[in-house]
Amino acid sequence: MIKQLAYYPGCSSLGTSREYDMSTRAVCELLGLDLKEIPDWSCCGSSPAHSFDHSLSAALSARNLALVETMGLDMVATPCPSCLSNLKTSSHRMQRETFRDKVNLLLDKPYMGSVKSMSVLQALIEQVGTDTIAAMVAQPLTGLKLAPFYGCIMNRPSEIMEFDDPENPTSMDRILTALGAEVVPFPLKVECCGASYGVPFKDIVAKLSGKLLSCALDAGAEAVVVACPMCQMNLDLRQKQLAKPAGVNFEIPVVYFTQLMGFAMGLPESRLGFDKLCVSPALLLSRTLAAAS
Amino acid sequence: MRIGVFVCHCGSNIEGTVDTAAVARAALGFPEVALATDAMYTCSEPGQDAIVQAIREKGLSGIVVASCSPRMHENTFRRAVERAGLNRYMFEMANIREHVSWIGKDREANTNKATELVRMAVEKLRRNTPLFSNKFDVTKRVLVIGGGVAGIQAALDCAEGGKEVVLVERESSIGGKMAKLDKTFPTVDCSSCILGPKMVDVAQHPNIKLLACTELKSVGGYVGNFQVELRKKATYVDWTKCTGCGQCMEKCPSKKSEDRFNERIGVTTAINIPFPQAIPKKAVIDPASCRHFLKGKCGVCAKVCPTGAIDYEMKEEVLTEQVGAIIAATGYDVFDISKIGEYGAGRYPDVITSLQYERLLSASGPTGGHIKRPSDGAEPKTIVFVQCVGSRDKSLGRPYCSGFCCMYTAKQAILTRDHIPDSQVFVFYMDIRAPGKLYDEFTRRAMEEYGARYIRGRVAMVYPQGSKYIVRGADTLLGTNVEIEADLVVLAAGAEAAAGAPALAEKLRISYDPYGFFVESHPKLRPVETNTAGVYLAGSCQGPKDIPSSVAQGSAAAAKVLALFSKDKLESDPQISRVDIKRCVGCGKCILTCPYGAIKKIDFRGEPKAEVVATVCQGCGICTSTCPQGAAQLAHFTDDQILAEVNALCRF
Repeated sequence: MIKQLAYYPGCSSLGTSREYDMSTRAVCELLGLDLKEIPDWSCCGSSPAHSFDHSLSAALSARNLALVETMGLDMVATPCPSCLSNLKTSSHRMQRETFRDKVNLLLDKPYMGSVKSMSVLQALIEQVGTDTIAAMVAQPLTGLKLAPFYGCIMNRPSEIMEFDDPENPTSMDRILTALGAEVVPFPLKVECCGASYGVPFKDIVAKLSGKLLSCALDAGAEAVVVACPMCQMNLDLRQKQLAKPAGVNFEIPVVYFTQLMGFAMGLPESRLGFDKLCVSPALLLSRTLAAAS
Repeated sequence: MRIGVFVCHCGSNIEGTVDTAAVARAALGFPEVALATDAMYTCSEPGQDAIVQAIREKGLSGIVVASCSPRMHENTFRRAVERAGLNRYMFEMANIREHVSWIGKDREANTNKATELVRMAVEKLRRNTPLFSNKFDVTKRVLVIGGGVAGIQAALDCAEGGKEVVLVERESSIGGKMAKLDKTFPTVDCSSCILGPKMVDVAQHPNIKLLACTELKSVGGYVGNFQVELRKKATYVDWTKCTGCGQCMEKCPSKKSEDRFNERIGVTTAINIPFPQAIPKKAVIDPASCRHFLKGKCGVCAKVCPTGAIDYEMKEEVLTEQVGAIIAATGYDVFDISKIGEYGAGRYPDVITSLQYERLLSASGPTGGHIKRPSDGAEPKTIVFVQCVGSRDKSLGRPYCSGFCCMYTAKQAILTRDHIPDSQVFVFYMDIRAPGKLYDEFTRRAMEEYGARYIRGRVAMVYPQGSKYIVRGADTLLGTNVEIEADLVVLAAGAEAAAGAPALAEKLRISYDPYGFFVESHPKLRPVETNTAGVYLAGSCQGPKDIPSSVAQGSAAAAKVLALFSKDKLESDPQISRVDIKRCVGCGKCILTCPYGAIKKIDFRGEPKAEVVATVCQGCGICTSTCPQGAAQLAHFTDDQILAEVNALCRF
């Protein structure tokens, strides 16, 4: 049965995380999740909006949620945890009548509060399920040792995000296990990568992200699997910057979980965008293919 | 009726914001009021004498005192009225302190409100009738529920007072949490050495009947005459034959039973005596891991038992006991530390609770008193203690302070340095709470003599790195982050209500707070009584407590029981419900709503009717507000009386 969900790609999907967006669409299509892109969607305001004005931030998110209501849908999925955090926080705050009125005053069309926002990860777990995912695997990732990294805001604060365990989430672990990979125990799975401090304070990101990669290597991981465009960029693009403070020359692929899902389900690489990654996972993946055949 | 009204100043407590003289003047105009006056302290001896004198000299037949809450002094004034020859129920109290003077500053408004409350009291008193108590016999036996140190103390004190005691314990041995401790603060004396003799006294005292592996099933009856049903669990060992020799444990081939006494550090045999000093020292089979029960064959214990005590066919039994009083001493449980995901307990074997650490320190524990990491058995050199885990944390629904963690953490820091002199000990704390005799001095010793490094701040996260654990936290005094590489992390887990405490409270018909701790009758003045007559509290079931406080409360509860049992007859409270059989239509709604099961259905000339069992009714009044016919009436609070009060208040 095909399930329809509104889809909010978020701005990163048009730029730094195009491979996340591509692979998400390809995998959902294969698994019977019909993602309907919100027509004329706009930026969620990211960190600048909510650090400047809560009602502005809420209005930017609520505009998109109101568009979902116009589409006649009651669920929206987004690949980006930062967008998700803004969508969820806005909905949460708008449950308060005074705040809702203030925000709706800024909008052409008021948001009625009927849309449930979720991450693509949550949609895949709850609307598809790991059993279906496992059944669709064409070339299992046998022997691949992976460290799942959730980032700091995907599940927190738990009373707003309402999905998985805030300190020890396991949803991505379960998907990777369903793909046949080996999930290594990764204690820093919800730590901060340094996020947008990569621009003003590079040393902070170098320290935090470096620690994450070192920990993943210590745990025996051959690749880090992520669900956040920001984390992916810091961990992948900056590996050379991380090398000096960490004292390690990192060369570890950082891939989106949707890319690995698509790969395991036999989707063509043209739809998964592995070539967009800085550290190429090609060697690892070809090893998996060889092992499978 | 000739009514006297006494308006109390309560020093300046009432007079400060209420014109008591004006209230008294107004009261003189109320119906049937023959005398109204104000007094400095009505509850004082001259104040009471003035009431007695007025009754005698002016021929008064009812008294209203406008003063504090009836919870404070209703009994005082009832006794005064009685001394003057009136029935004690020909008295009413208007609460013009808690309900008026303490909550408002507007003197005129307060005076008006106080006047209205007095008018209500007068109108109610005009409809009062004398009430008389019945006398009934007392069964002079006491049930103590829980064999921790509080229950042990209560049982021994009652038994020494010459009363029969039934002590029930759900585990196979008494001793409770204290039996699991290695040492006790602030004297660092051996816990089992000071508790052991008391446990032996329990076993040997002729007045104590000890029932281990037994739980309370139900309670019926009332103060002086409770009937309790006890469920004795199947132990699969005939305790009349078992000598506690332990041969069965040596030979038992199944070593997969969870070791509850050792706080689940490791496993134990399916047939088990939990510890060497157990009382009673009897074996119990855990059918969840016993091969006989799982696979239908084995029987090793039955073969080796020299007295033939093994009985695989044993069934649980229900026993009944008659008692006159009940002491609940069911203790507490340790907070489940795996609920705090960021500390990783449950995932990381070397993140343990303080009570587990206590078992590692204990000579009779799983490591023979050598501190070893659960993961690899290595001796830890850097040990981090984290305080307030599951205490003072609103996000976990545990906003209260558990009270004893600061002290036992200091003790464990000292013992750690005694056991491993070259170890380093860090303690993360929020505040040090050590307000007991020699307590603060003790925590200072941990820091100054034993060199434990105290860091004020919370721990954010614990995660493994190699064979070590990184403990990341804040040092709020230095205003910086700290990371410590630890070999072992000990979480000072807070106290929470014992499993099943709310269910037990409902059986005992006593109140419990939102956290499951039992509620005392008054937090200061009635700390071991409950609002159910004849049921008393001792120890941590009432709230987290250390050993000295638990023992003191055990003795206090015993003193209350002995005072109760010093009377041969008890008087019932006549403020109970009655059903007017002419009005009752037999709908049975009161039977459904009565929380005490005090109303039964009877057959009256072929018609169903409700009847109140006078000895069981607690006078709560729920039936009177349920009854659609107004047939159920609560003596001293009849519909007529309450409507008279409402009319007095709403007369404009």
